[in-house]
Amino acid sequence: MALTKSDIVEKVYDLGFSKKEAVDIVEELIETIKKSLEEGDDVLISGFGKFCVKAKKPRRGRNPATGEDLMLRKRQVVTFKCSGKLRDQINKD
Amino acid sequence: MNKLELVSALKNATGISKNDAAKVVQIFFDSMTDALAANERVEIRGLCSFYVKEYKSYTGRNPKTGEPVVIRPKKLPFFKCGKELKERVDTK
Repeated sequence: MALTKSDIVEKVYDLGFSKKEAVDIVEELIETIKKSLEEGDDVLISGFGKFCVKAKKPRRGRNPATGEDLMLRKRQVVTFKCSGKLRDQINKD
Repeated sequence: MNKLELVSALKNATGISKNDAAKVVQIFFDSMTDALAANERVEIRGLCSFYVKEYKSYTGRNPKTGEPVVIRPKKLPFFKCGKELKERVDTK
């Protein structure tokens, strides 16, 4: 089973908020993270990792299905760098 | 933006106390850490998903000295950007 938004909402609800408040708070948190990245500002969470915005240069690519040459435009992508703490948690066994 | 700034932004956006905002941010990232530590997937619609990828042992090289080193098998979280975030971050 994957962890989803509703699992997190459930835990926020346990803090004593109403169901609707818990949903709104979690949505707002996610929106805040997205807004920061959208503005090109990295999000650094100590103990978890860093969400970075990276600029990619245009490059020549190929459609793997048809073998056709194509140009990939310049774009911005989000990358994630795992913190040492999170890495240790995942490898603790 | 760091964790503290995220807490402040959440407090301002929702009107909840700083203490509650800090708890929510902690819950959010702790839940994801716990899930990944238990080898579970994480799927936050519109933001991102993670799964744990296992890497086999291999012989690497110390880039400074050129000395071969054995890298032990390891697990790392694999990040996949959500569709909405991907579209919002990209330059049009």
